[in-house]
Amino acid sequence: MRNVSSGPARLAFVLLPVLLSLLLAALLVLAVGREPLEVLQKIWQGAFRNSRSFAGVLNFWIPLTLASVGLFVTFRAGLWNIGIEGQILAGAIFASAGALTFNFPPELAPLQLLLQILLGVLGGMLWAGITGALKIWLGVNEIFGGMALNALAGVWGIYLISGPWYPEGGSAQQSRPFLENALYPALSRDWPVGLLAIVMTAVAMVLVPLIMARTRWGLQLKATGSNPRSALLLGVPTTRVAMSAFLVCGALAGIAGSYRVMFTYGSFRPLVAGGIGFLGLLVVLLSTMKPLWIPLIAFVFSAILAGSTRLRVSLQLDSSLAGVLQGALVLVFILFQGLRQRLELRRNELPRMPHRPPAPPRAA
Amino acid sequence: MEIELRNIHKRFGSVHANNDISVVFPAGRITGILGENGAGKSTLMKILSGFQPADRGDVLVDGLSAQFGSPEDAIQQGIGMLQQDPLDIGAFTTLENFVYGRPEKVLPDWHSARSDLEERSAQLGFDLEAETPVERMSIALRQQLEIVRLLALGVNALILDEPTTGISAEQKQTLFAALQQLAHRDGVIILLVSHKLEDVITLCDRVVVLRAGQRIGEEDMPAPGETDPATLNIIKSRLVHLMFGQELGPHERQAVPLEKTVLQLENLYLRDRRLQIEGLNLSLRQGEVIGLAGLDNSGQGLAMRAICGLETVSSGRVLLEDEELTNRSYRHFLNRGVVFGAAGRLEEGLIAGLTLTEHMALVRSERAVLDWPALESYTRESLQHYDVRGQAGDRIEQLSGGNQQRVLMALLPARPRLLILEQPTRGLDVESARWIWQQLLERREGGTAILFSSVELDELVAYSDRILVFYAGRVHEVPDVAATTIDELGYLIGGEFRQE
Repeated sequence: MRNVSSGPARLAFVLLPVLLSLLLAALLVLAVGREPLEVLQKIWQGAFRNSRSFAGVLNFWIPLTLASVGLFVTFRAGLWNIGIEGQILAGAIFASAGALTFNFPPELAPLQLLLQILLGVLGGMLWAGITGALKIWLGVNEIFGGMALNALAGVWGIYLISGPWYPEGGSAQQSRPFLENALYPALSRDWPVGLLAIVMTAVAMVLVPLIMARTRWGLQLKATGSNPRSALLLGVPTTRVAMSAFLVCGALAGIAGSYRVMFTYGSFRPLVAGGIGFLGLLVVLLSTMKPLWIPLIAFVFSAILAGSTRLRVSLQLDSSLAGVLQGALVLVFILFQGLRQRLELRRNELPRMPHRPPAPPRAA
Repeated sequence: MEIELRNIHKRFGSVHANNDISVVFPAGRITGILGENGAGKSTLMKILSGFQPADRGDVLVDGLSAQFGSPEDAIQQGIGMLQQDPLDIGAFTTLENFVYGRPEKVLPDWHSARSDLEERSAQLGFDLEAETPVERMSIALRQQLEIVRLLALGVNALILDEPTTGISAEQKQTLFAALQQLAHRDGVIILLVSHKLEDVITLCDRVVVLRAGQRIGEEDMPAPGETDPATLNIIKSRLVHLMFGQELGPHERQAVPLEKTVLQLENLYLRDRRLQIEGLNLSLRQGEVIGLAGLDNSGQGLAMRAICGLETVSSGRVLLEDEELTNRSYRHFLNRGVVFGAAGRLEEGLIAGLTLTEHMALVRSERAVLDWPALESYTRESLQHYDVRGQAGDRIEQLSGGNQQRVLMALLPARPRLLILEQPTRGLDVESARWIWQQLLERREGGTAILFSSVELDELVAYSDRILVFYAGRVHEVPDVAATTIDELGYLIGGEFRQE
């Protein structure tokens, strides 16, 4: 559709950064005195040695993909939703409030589950909605509003576990553990992962891009994100559109947050968001706004993160090495994107041949 | 010092902005550079002050060829330019801005800088205070600072670009007295870029007139203090002739019966950073075309935007067929058939990155789920009908300006009540411009009222039923458009409201 580079050049721009960042990572590993291939092998084993480790990857992939899909929406509307981290946390807090309050009889457990997820959605939407309202009506940039609300959600979480949700006889690291009813059922013993959550993630990753491409709302988002002034003049309700983008992203972040407490931890902890939101920003940036890439990139990130937890056991390496590797990957990739844009710009400055046949002569 | 420009050429795409301009600026004289918008004044001055190079031609300083790679180069060789928006740093104080930009010192000598500033300020009759932050100063004071700063850098030639826009009459007097002192006592070369007749006649020793990129002529100005109205009128009339060229003959105008009032403005007060408009009254009837004349930034843009909710109205009322809509959002107006079209098409109106079909879908699709194939064929038909050279799948920025304007026409609702158009034919060739007007007049016959601004005098005279002239926020209605001439309009645009 675009006049980007030709096929081979384009492939080079995808492969080169991957190779380069692998090289960089290898050098880093060598610098700490280990075999790069061995580290890679251990990460691979950590992620995929059996069904339980694979489920661990999925448990990270679910919230990361949900958050990334949400961020795809806000990015499309031209918004830097840094506040996603707080939205995940708010979702987790709301879902936890449900989990610690309700205790439905076993036959109504699915209802309780849904209710908690819904609360999580509400929490995420509330946090995103505040950011949106600050931006739209008070002119507070969403980056600053988002940062403030991230901090606020964090403080609120800490207050909850040291006050109202303080576990009896426990330490103030986490809330009371949730009861069985309040948790996502695992797929099986060998596959400890929430099936319903996988389904919701799959639906989101297919449905959201489809809605963006096929509906008037999606087009309005794109118009508002590209040029809000022109969009307004063309009759787009730009404030409503921006607000709706925040709310949709908040809802997806809320589901992500609820999954973290209702499955991964089984209790509330202040660090449940765990940087997933920020990682989601990177996922969407790397996808260059091509939504089909989002689940794949999220999967690679999840595999590296989940796999590297074994590095400490097997190689006495701190698992934060994975974060460093990931950082190197992102850096190199973004560098290449910038390079590519510059090259394209330079090419476009040269006189260009028209891509389509000349229009028929116009009648006078 | 003497500056000479020899055979300067500068092209921007197809526009020959400076076409073989030669002129000499001797020491100790104030020269006015006069011309309407697009005449090439700013281009020439930017070449002279190192902001951009000429394509061909020479700049000579004291007979020696000079090469300016940057504004700093020009300043080092003694030529400094005062921009319309002074290039100072808001959070810094007057003194800090004064020192900033001096090349020679790592650590500024604050004490001597301060006495230098105060001395120069007092000499020129300025009231600069060393410790006032620039962001709290008026444009006039910031100009004074910039003048003093450039002089302290050793500049012997000062170029001022429209310096009297946005300053009061009193401040203008101070500025002019200082400039006269600099030229006639200290021998500084002063160049005043302006479109205001009154200013150049009061201040300048002589005036060079540019039109359509060429140097058209030059006139000596009367001695300062000349008050004989007859003499002044002769000079004005000569300058107007030089600026605008031949008069148009009387033209044909179809009378459309004007019906009920569509838009009514009652005592509007509007304000932006540069100017304010006080007590604007206007009523516009169905099928009426009102032209807003005036040079750029004389208040037309502010008025047009405030009328349809894109700028704030400080006081007064905007009535659309008896419904008060003062300060309602643009969407309110749009839903009632009021459409605004801005001069900057890709900044305000069209969306770079979106295809023509996507544009059409934004304004036409009533349904939540888009039927892309149907929208695309609709767009294709529409492009054919509006004679747009472009494909439905093209992104809008791939089209030429004329074709973009045609797309904007295609995007308009079928029967708007009121069209507010800022320079609807800006940058278009004659054929495209005529086509746009044909479209607009068709809509007018359907009862649409049109309010448009233009800097082309013949366009205003040809299509308007009434003309309002904007000059520094003041508004003056041309008494009888059918009887008006280009000359007369030229006077009004230059701020000479003497025909009243």
